Amino acid sequence: MLHYIGKRLLQLIPVLLGMTFIVFMIIRAIPGDPAQVILGQQASEEAIKALRTTLGLDNPWYIQYFDYLKGLVTGDLGQSLRTRTPVVDEVWPYLAATIELSVFAVIIAIIIGINAGIISAWFQNSWFDYLAMIIALIGVSMPIFFLGLLNQWIFAIELDWLPTSGRMNVRDPIESITGFYIIDTLITGQFDQLSTIMRHLILPGTALATIPMAIIARMTRSSMLEVMRSDYVRTARSKGLRMFWVVYKHALKNAIIPVLTIIGLQMGLLLGGAILTETIFAWPGIGRYIYEAINYRDYPVIQSGILIVAFIFVMINLFVDLLYSLVDPRIKYD
Amino acid sequence: MIINKNGGVNLGNKKIMSLAFLMLLLISTVLYGCSGGSEEGSEGNGETGGEGESGEEKVLIFGRGGDSVSLDPITVTDGESFKVTKNIFDTLVNFGEQDTEIEPGLASEYTAAEDGLTYTFTLEEGVTFHDGTDFNAEAVVANFDRWAAGDADQFPYYGSMFGGFGDEEGHVIESVEATGDYEVTIKLKRPMAPFLKNLAMSPFGIASPTAIEEQGDAFGDNPVGTGPFKFVEWNRNDTVRIEKFEDYWVEGEPKLDEVVFRAIPDNSGRLNALLAGEIDLADGINPSDAETIESNDDLQLYERPSMNVGYLGLTTTREPFDDPKVRQAMNHAIDRQAIVDAFFEGRGEVAKNPLPPVISGYNDAIEGYDYDPEKAKALLEEAGLGDGFEMELWAMPVPRPYMPDGQKVAEAIQSDLAEVGITAEIVSYEWATYLEKAANGEADAFLLGWTGDNGDADNFLYVLLDQDNIGSNNYTYYENQELHDILIEAQTEVDEEVRNELYAQAQEIIHEDAPWVPLAHSTPLLAGGSNVVNFKPHPTGSDKLAEVDLE
Repeated sequence: MLHYIGKRLLQLIPVLLGMTFIVFMIIRAIPGDPAQVILGQQASEEAIKALRTTLGLDNPWYIQYFDYLKGLVTGDLGQSLRTRTPVVDEVWPYLAATIELSVFAVIIAIIIGINAGIISAWFQNSWFDYLAMIIALIGVSMPIFFLGLLNQWIFAIELDWLPTSGRMNVRDPIESITGFYIIDTLITGQFDQLSTIMRHLILPGTALATIPMAIIARMTRSSMLEVMRSDYVRTARSKGLRMFWVVYKHALKNAIIPVLTIIGLQMGLLLGGAILTETIFAWPGIGRYIYEAINYRDYPVIQSGILIVAFIFVMINLFVDLLYSLVDPRIKYD
Repeated sequence: MIINKNGGVNLGNKKIMSLAFLMLLLISTVLYGCSGGSEEGSEGNGETGGEGESGEEKVLIFGRGGDSVSLDPITVTDGESFKVTKNIFDTLVNFGEQDTEIEPGLASEYTAAEDGLTYTFTLEEGVTFHDGTDFNAEAVVANFDRWAAGDADQFPYYGSMFGGFGDEEGHVIESVEATGDYEVTIKLKRPMAPFLKNLAMSPFGIASPTAIEEQGDAFGDNPVGTGPFKFVEWNRNDTVRIEKFEDYWVEGEPKLDEVVFRAIPDNSGRLNALLAGEIDLADGINPSDAETIESNDDLQLYERPSMNVGYLGLTTTREPFDDPKVRQAMNHAIDRQAIVDAFFEGRGEVAKNPLPPVISGYNDAIEGYDYDPEKAKALLEEAGLGDGFEMELWAMPVPRPYMPDGQKVAEAIQSDLAEVGITAEIVSYEWATYLEKAANGEADAFLLGWTGDNGDADNFLYVLLDQDNIGSNNYTYYENQELHDILIEAQTEVDEEVRNELYAQAQEIIHEDAPWVPLAHSTPLLAGGSNVVNFKPHPTGSDKLAEVDLE
């Protein structure tokens, strides 16, 4: 097992290296000069030249790339061209904000998605099945920004149940310690604040969860339908086992593997969807951090931001692979 | 995580069960948080923010589209930074409440010598910085010394407004001296007509010399000025919090206890936050939402006086736009009023000059090119293009105050041009690319605009249309020696009337040569809760909130 993990981790190196290279080349292939953007429309030619030199942008690309890699090896993710702050120093609050939101969204997506899928398969062709699958179809095709604004309108303005945007009530702010506000409020024992933080999570969290939830539901349903037709399920039922246990204990265990794979892949899409969600709900996360960096041609932030997101994505998928063997002992990694 | 081979099944089962239990716990927490909170929410966050009750702190939340880059104003060029620093720092002289006339600021009096080379500033006494440092002539000199010792990369606005740094030839400031405890004398190498207007710009806010020394590069994260509010904290991409400076030198100001600038990037999301009472002021209101706001008793709509121009640039080095007749024909062919009505929702003014009307020197005697397709066809005929021609029409990919929807405006222009036989193909690039390619003269005709920095005519006409600025902001590559001479003369002319006369001439020349089709001067819209009083949006885009109050 450990051997397997080690091997997988080693395999990550060329993957991430290749990714840095592709990102590096793409952001330099799109025209637009960071120096020009930083100095604004009224900057003189000389000023722009001088800044390019200071930023090392007039070196050939391969020198810039190797300088960047050299930095990465020593844990230096580069320095933001816009704020002149090392990425390592400023990235954490953004990352924490996105992780908090994504974890919340994933939990919603998994709980509702898997259960809806199971029940749909269990009562195949019932009204619940049709309704759930229609909702799932709408969920998959609904643009996040539309859903987000619609939810803001209904739940924040018309019903006044939830706040429209942001991570906390800015009229009554909390002090950040870890960057995860839920944990912050828990360790400082501010339980009224915890409920405020939770309420701020609901709208962006459900908007972000919608697509993965729908996909998970559909995957679970089809996977379950297949398993429910198999012999051992029939045997279990003929033994007189209650249907609930047949479905949730015996069938689910065999049906869950492809669902896990989908969940792992959805996590990647979730991080992409975070850019839109974070924009509509004014969530100060890493999606917006990278998005703003693209507008400013802030090369180091784009490169390192994407690197961090990619790293998280591959780690999640490694974790999912390991989870297979936990769910299905027939799968072994040696 | 690691499984025992023999007991694998059982162990796995237990784990799944405990995982399920954990999730159940989490859901119930979420649900509890949800239901428990909603009651508080509806009580606490009433429709209009629940502010202004007696004894409560007056906190104003200003929702805006983006975050600041740095709070050290001299190091940045973006409006979102100045919006905040305007309230932390004071400048030697101020702009008027809603115009760009010069008024006293930290300097209670200022005099310019006849020759326009020596300026004497008498400073307010008894002013302190937020860190307790005394404000005096030494502090002012220290600021100017710091700026002059920098370079274009550190202090971009200093270089572009004062012609350079240190010993550079273009640098207009010869010396800045403390000629008394509260008197500063600035000597210039040559007269500079917009000198005082430059000094009133937000980047030239006077910072505490002690804080600059202590903080060094971190000053932008811990700004210290003499302004009505002092800095509290900054959560990047989220909020900047500033609070009342109790010892502010202007009696009775500021009225608010705290101001929070909150970044909400999406325009609709920001309006929703305003409707829900989570913010008190919102900028970047879509013109199409104006009516919703006006018809809502809990809200009020603000118009920011225009200091911008949106235009269609015609690259004069590219055929057929090298022929002034063709450029004039373009001017006649486009129905600007229709564009303003449709895409600015009438919240803008049809432009006839490159200058917006609020700026002194605006030539109102010029008659704009009227919408007349027949005249346009006749002009094309004269230019030997009676059968029309094909061209690329560049549409701005991003909304700007002066161009709310580049794509749609381009489509309107396209159909106007088709009327006179010109076939325009609309193209667009991502924003930074767009600017770069346009600056290289790669566009036939392109939509663009400009927002003024210091409210001076020079900042429009020289910057955008003088031959010196070809390759940077003169995207049309328009060159005219006569115009150049006039603009250079106006830069050093201290007599306001003579100067305005020069600019009037300049606008006539530009009108005749027609390198642009000036389209519109837009009035950016803001909205606020009905409890906000005394908020007066400034044409420069950065608003001083010292007199703003909540009722």
